[in-house]
Amino acid sequence: MLAIEGLDVRHGQLVAVRDVSFSLEQGEILALVGANGAGKTTLLRAIAGAHAPSMGRILLGGEDVTLLPADRRVAAGLALVPEGRRLFADMTVEENLLLGASAGRPGDWTLARIFEAFPILVKRRGAKASSLSGGEQQATAIGRALMSNPNVILLDEVSLGLAPLAVRQVYASLHRLLASGATILLVEQDLTRAMSVASRVACMSEGRIVLDRPIAAVTRDEITDAYFGLNKAGGGNQAAAC
Amino acid sequence: MLNQLIQGILLGGYYALIAIGLSFMFSVMRVINLAHGSLLIVAAYALWFLADTYGVNPFLGLLIVLPLMAGIGWALQRFLLERSARGGSLLPILTTFGLAIVVDNLMFQRFGADTRSLAPFIGDLSWSSFELPGGLFVGKLSVLIFLTAILLVGGLQSLLKFTPLGRAIRATAQDPDTARLVGIDAARASAAAAAIALVTIGIAGAFLGMRGVFDAYAGAPQLLFAFEAAVIGGTGSLWGTLIGGIFLALAQSFGAMVHPQGFLIGGHLAFLAALFYRHFVARQLVADWLRSRARRPA
Repeated sequence: MLAIEGLDVRHGQLVAVRDVSFSLEQGEILALVGANGAGKTTLLRAIAGAHAPSMGRILLGGEDVTLLPADRRVAAGLALVPEGRRLFADMTVEENLLLGASAGRPGDWTLARIFEAFPILVKRRGAKASSLSGGEQQATAIGRALMSNPNVILLDEVSLGLAPLAVRQVYASLHRLLASGATILLVEQDLTRAMSVASRVACMSEGRIVLDRPIAAVTRDEITDAYFGLNKAGGGNQAAAC
Repeated sequence: MLNQLIQGILLGGYYALIAIGLSFMFSVMRVINLAHGSLLIVAAYALWFLADTYGVNPFLGLLIVLPLMAGIGWALQRFLLERSARGGSLLPILTTFGLAIVVDNLMFQRFGADTRSLAPFIGDLSWSSFELPGGLFVGKLSVLIFLTAILLVGGLQSLLKFTPLGRAIRATAQDPDTARLVGIDAARASAAAAAIALVTIGIAGAFLGMRGVFDAYAGAPQLLFAFEAAVIGGTGSLWGTLIGGIFLALAQSFGAMVHPQGFLIGGHLAFLAALFYRHFVARQLVADWLRSRARRPA
């Protein structure tokens, strides 16, 4: 569904993502974990088209989308829920959701179904996005991405800055999406949550993917070691595995 | 007194009409278009040319000139403003300033120094009037201009609020990067916004030519009035622009009552007063209002 080949992304002199390759099959849920500054958000933004890679290719459903602008990638079936939500603050919840349908892709997701999936938004439909709580904002951001009827959804830190209750609400709504067979790439700081929803986990450190395995074949400790880059210092079997 | 009030309000409609394009471009594209006045004159000359050479009624001429203006707007955004915006926020202002000089002088070269008017081509509309009870007379053209301004503001607001294109234009104005990420072709939305702005300039240019005379360098004073109306009304608010135009015209009328040469001074004083008011007083009022809103339970 989505394939990344040898991707390098730079911020000026800094190489934020180095030689990253992986692929996602239809219906797979990949959790991407890693410390702050490991390159997760940059990788997602590069896949979505907000940041041009300096090397490598991005394939969506077999088509090379590396040179397409972001809006054409949405039309091709890719949607990003950006870090920090990035809602249009002066516009209402409903307007934000309708904007998600700008690419005009046909599919199951309509305004009515979004409100069904995120009941907390029903009462807030006419409210300005800037007046929403964090949880409501996140639900709107996810709903806005779903309105484009994507084949692949990139979720960047959906629980960042939310109260625990709001995180539970957002994930409760997400579970229906996860169960629907969508292909998802998820960046999540909370390892327990990431492991509970994902079918596969990848760990990034200093711009590289240092571990990429199915959830069933990986332990929490292995992920933690990769997360902190211990494999480099510690050596041994784990280093070979990562 | 009542007469002055009514005439002032109608004149305000005209100021609002010539300011709408400027206000629209600033609010949705964050561009201060200093070529605004010159483009008004371009539309007026185009209509005059059609009327003078081919005998086309200026109202019918709009059918030709408005699509032309839309095309100019689209090209302006695609080839000038979009490129200059990459060089920082100051560059588009300088670009439009340069454009104004080029356009003014091209028109001077083509049409010379004679003043022109569209009034001879619209029958008795430019001088006939309605009589109101109480022996007051209002010009038919002034009433038409006022109604056009209201219709145009209402139409643009509805377009921005209720159509997918309007939402795309607003989203692009707020945050072009995120607009692209939700699937909006930001360059197309901006070009459409510029085309719409130039159509309103085309309509305003037609009425400018009908209610008076113009020459190649008549754009700058028009830009000044449009700018004052837009700023008094609160830049970025189209209904505010209508109010701003009326406020400016009333201030000018009262200035003229006080002193024969007080017309312009009155307008400029109103402009400065509005500026100071907004800077020192309104800021405090808005802060208070936001605080009281924040306290109210959601």
